[in-house]
Amino acid sequence: MTDTNYQEPGYADVNRDILQTLLVTGPKYWITFGISASVALICFFGPWAYQLYVGVGAAGMNRSAMWGTYLSNFIFWIGLSHSGTLLSAVLHITHSGWRKAIYRSAEAMTLFSLMTAACFVMVHVGRLWFVHWTAPIPNPMELWPNFRSPLMFDVMAVTTYLTASSIFIYMGSVPDYAAVRDASTGLRRRLYTIFSFGWRGTAKEWHTLSWAYMFFAVFVIPLAVSVHSIVSWDFALSIVPGLHQTIFAPYFVCGAIYSGTAGIVSVMFLLRKYMQLERYIREIHLDNLGKLLIVLSLIWTYINIVEVFTGWYSGTSFEYEFLKFRLFGFYAPLYWEMILFCAVVPLFMLHKKIRTSWKWMFIISILINIGMFTERFIIVATSLPRKFLPDAFGFYFPSFVEIMISIGSFAIFTTLFLIFIKWTPCVSIYEVKETLKPLRRDA
Amino acid sequence: MAKITDKIKEYTRPGYYEKFDYHWTMSIDLDRCTGCGACVVACQAENNLPIVGEKRFKERREMKWLRIERYWEGEYPNLKLKFLPMLCQQCDQAPCETPCPVAATYHNQDGLNTQIYNRCIGTRTCAVYCPYEVRYFNWFTYTWDEPLEQQLNPDVTVREKGVMEKCTFCVQRIRMAKDKAKDDNRRRVKDGEVTPACVQSCASEAMQFGDLNDPNSKVSKMTKNKRAYHVLEELNTKPSVVYLQKVEKHD
Repeated sequence: MTDTNYQEPGYADVNRDILQTLLVTGPKYWITFGISASVALICFFGPWAYQLYVGVGAAGMNRSAMWGTYLSNFIFWIGLSHSGTLLSAVLHITHSGWRKAIYRSAEAMTLFSLMTAACFVMVHVGRLWFVHWTAPIPNPMELWPNFRSPLMFDVMAVTTYLTASSIFIYMGSVPDYAAVRDASTGLRRRLYTIFSFGWRGTAKEWHTLSWAYMFFAVFVIPLAVSVHSIVSWDFALSIVPGLHQTIFAPYFVCGAIYSGTAGIVSVMFLLRKYMQLERYIREIHLDNLGKLLIVLSLIWTYINIVEVFTGWYSGTSFEYEFLKFRLFGFYAPLYWEMILFCAVVPLFMLHKKIRTSWKWMFIISILINIGMFTERFIIVATSLPRKFLPDAFGFYFPSFVEIMISIGSFAIFTTLFLIFIKWTPCVSIYEVKETLKPLRRDA
Repeated sequence: MAKITDKIKEYTRPGYYEKFDYHWTMSIDLDRCTGCGACVVACQAENNLPIVGEKRFKERREMKWLRIERYWEGEYPNLKLKFLPMLCQQCDQAPCETPCPVAATYHNQDGLNTQIYNRCIGTRTCAVYCPYEVRYFNWFTYTWDEPLEQQLNPDVTVREKGVMEKCTFCVQRIRMAKDKAKDDNRRRVKDGEVTPACVQSCASEAMQFGDLNDPNSKVSKMTKNKRAYHVLEELNTKPSVVYLQKVEKHD
């Protein structure tokens, strides 16, 4: 696809354009950074400290609704993390050229949303100071974690995924760190000399890098699928109506890739707009991501229909009671909002004009993620208050502390991302160069 | 194939035990239950349960290891009220035991579902997985006003914030009865030697407690009653609390 007024950049342009995002820092950046960092501090760490002091009772959870927004936020952030590394790895293996401009920021999203998700595990537990007991650390009491526990699987899966995706993103950035090193002076130069492992760009180094990168791409794909399946087992391995469903693993994986892809579209829009990267992040990328989003939204819709159908087909009063609460109870508006945003709105992308329009795609991607955020909330907030014994039927509404912490988590993510874009080129320099026409001497 | 079925049998055995030393069981005769709530109060006193106050109660954060569920049937004036004392069912196939990441809850050799407060990190997964909703979480560190702290039971710990707790079948009394049996050079605890606080306080003797492994114990006889049933039996949790159905007049 050729855009109008599109002039292909030369090699030197690529270096200059992308490195300026690192080397030149305007007041706009500092203001955004200051706001997001202080929001993170005030909204996340402040209420969290208060909660640590008084106990988890500061949140709105109660008996029967023992889980709340902390866990739904955890799933949301893990979900958002999904597309990044997974998409990048799949597209790398299938040799899709259009991946090259976007994958770095997508992978960074993975890394930072995983970190935000990990924060929510810490916020969720009652006794944070003993949380290390979930890891198999040798100790004189010879006490081990419970290997039958889905939460234990979770700890393993998330830490593995975090490690693998941080190695993946770091490895892909080594030649770019070398480019930064070559373009900078002083302390920055010395730092990036260390980061780039003394990269010189010899043929052997390139060969090793591409081999190792391919290895990790293949390694990361099953990992990404397993992580969200395992997160879904936190719920599906219980016998609670509405959670005890075999479709949960594919449902969560699909939902994760769905919200992650939508997240990438939003981040791409912002990066393109505010980092002057119009020449690298182009409409063809948007078009392809739009097609992917349509497919995912259809799968997601199908699974939602199956979920309601199996509940009805089971014929048990527990499932009926829970379905009644979800579809027509207090949280029904949220449920139908989710259906609207995640199943109906994405259908507009079938039209090519909408699919290639930055503004529309940005709006749709934000709506999808709002829908996916409520989906996670609904899973927790409408299943647990309607379990088995009518006497224990409860109700859950997030408290002020929980709402603040949820808002703060977005600020944490933004802060980490803002630090990242000044640290690592957010568009891969060397891979963008690969997509350009070969340099001509006589030009 | 035989090997696989053996393995399955081994793993579906409650808590991996061949046979429980004792199989502590409680029977509750709903026909005798008057819903007076003496058992609830006795439990509160015996197990150092905090009194959370009106505000926390409204938030559904009360601490009652044993609660009396009330179910109303029919419309006024033909109203019927049924009581269902609900406490930890000490399930042999407990849904709450598998998900704890730190194994803070496990099955002991007496067929009890135990909760280790010191090990609990408060993920609250066990409470979510429990179909009977009998696990209670310490949302705050509760304190006792002067001089109420004087009446705390020294045999039972006081729990801090962030810890899950539930009915233990008064494990401290079971422990004491076992110690006494050992001191008397007896191999086993006699029937009737262990009485949990709720059973002791029940005025209409609706509750019985004993060892199911002993075929002559009161509880064993009660479980053979044809009115006996388990709550939510279809979930296959194999509870250790047996309820005896209320006898209803049909006209």
